[in-house]
Amino acid sequence: MIDPFFLRVALAAVGVAFAAGPFGCFVIWRRMVYFGDTLSHAALLGVAFALALELPLFLGVLLCALAITAIIFLADGRLLNMDALLGIAAHSALALGLVAVSLLQGVRVDMMGYLIGDILAVSWQDVIAIWVGVALALLLLTWRWRRLLVATLDREMARAHGVDPWRESVIFMVALAILVAVSIKVVGALLITALLIIPPAAARLWAASPEAMVRLTALIGALSGLLGLLGSFAYDTPTGPSIVVAALALLILSSLVRRLTPSGRIGRR
Amino acid sequence: MSEPLIQTNALDLEVGGKVILSHVDFAIHRGEIVTIVGPNGSGKSSFLKCLIGAMAQKRGTVTRAKGLRIGYVPQKLHLDRAFPMSVRRFLKLGQYRGNAAIPDDLIARTGVSGLLDQQVSDLSGGQLQRVLLAHALIDKPDLLILDEAAQGLDQPAVAGFYHLIEEVRADYGCAVLLVSHDLHVVMSASDRVVCLNGHICCEGTPTIVSEAPEYRQLFGYGTEGALALYRHTHDHAHDHDHTHPPHGRSDDKAQSA
Repeated sequence: MIDPFFLRVALAAVGVAFAAGPFGCFVIWRRMVYFGDTLSHAALLGVAFALALELPLFLGVLLCALAITAIIFLADGRLLNMDALLGIAAHSALALGLVAVSLLQGVRVDMMGYLIGDILAVSWQDVIAIWVGVALALLLLTWRWRRLLVATLDREMARAHGVDPWRESVIFMVALAILVAVSIKVVGALLITALLIIPPAAARLWAASPEAMVRLTALIGALSGLLGLLGSFAYDTPTGPSIVVAALALLILSSLVRRLTPSGRIGRR
Repeated sequence: MSEPLIQTNALDLEVGGKVILSHVDFAIHRGEIVTIVGPNGSGKSSFLKCLIGAMAQKRGTVTRAKGLRIGYVPQKLHLDRAFPMSVRRFLKLGQYRGNAAIPDDLIARTGVSGLLDQQVSDLSGGQLQRVLLAHALIDKPDLLILDEAAQGLDQPAVAGFYHLIEEVRADYGCAVLLVSHDLHVVMSASDRVVCLNGHICCEGTPTIVSEAPEYRQLFGYGTEGALALYRHTHDHAHDHDHTHPPHGRSDDKAQSA
């Protein structure tokens, strides 16, 4: 019989890491790595927001992530490019979040838990919230799959096909915000981006089609989640960083094996 | 004449308060090849974006025929190398109606049969152009739009590519709208040329436009030479072994500059 505590944390870690992969593929393909950073830093402001208003954590983080997405979308890009705008948004949100939490009266919060994750604090309710969020985010991704692919290839080409690239971007960012909101307790705001982009990098070496890459990424992500968790128990290390280290180890292993086996790709051509 | 596929009426476009296009009246009909020429910054690409609905006009109207299918060939494909995509998969992504196999005649016509299992990010410039063309044609569009589609190809390759487009028009009966600043090759292949520079300077058959004073003011007097060059390259077989001496091209550039 599996220990219920282990089952709980394993479900949380694997759920988050499994779903992060497919999103990470699009984050890389669409060159949105910095946007992922911005979302996860906004998540910290969301923590403060949730604590101040006594909202559920997921809701606070989600609202903040959506708000910052909207601000970036509506920002005037004439004088500053997207890179700079994202940098301002990301670090302002991080600073504001840390300041806001310290200003909260009568609340003693260990912000470290939100920065690098605190999986031991994950309750069964959290596990349910994580899996509902993960299912919702993946459902959105599956629903828009083909349109997202087309919009990722070329914006004008997508338009000609009747796909509105702007709408697809918004739907994708909303789904990503949901994922970030449910991930913060497990991996923490600083490392969500790592979990998004390292597994796809490992999968890219083997994939010949977008579908194959996404499936392989989900698998590598889930494996990283499990290995990281086991490692953190074995060596008493923080879980979030341990999961990222496991993902990195898989990436290195994947590249080494790839070098030794020069041919063969997964996925229908 | 039949109902136009796309029509604009007194179209004004502004971006960030700057006037890009003013009062553009334009229409393209079934089976036509129309080329829009204009210098860089003349609003050609923005005009295309208005036509496909990627940009909203400030004033005026854009009317598309009901159920109009557009095949779009972009200037370049900014495909990230981390995006695994075989040519076969890429072509199928263009298929919005049904999920049939890629038609053999399309593969043969565009010459992509040997490329189907390659990754799109590994293709050379000329190969990518043919793949993009096949992608745009797979859904049997009423209107094929090419945005500087032959950029980066050498002169015989450009001539060959435009010849292919003429054949495609004959085979599929679609209208073709080209945007180009490559005056050498495009003009004679077109039924109509529209010279754009913020507004429509002049339009008509290639010969009429190349002789119009507005056009000459924009492009100088070298274009007759350019047209002659076009005929010259078409007299040749396209797959000849030798390459044209480079000074031929630079001369033409100097003339038309």
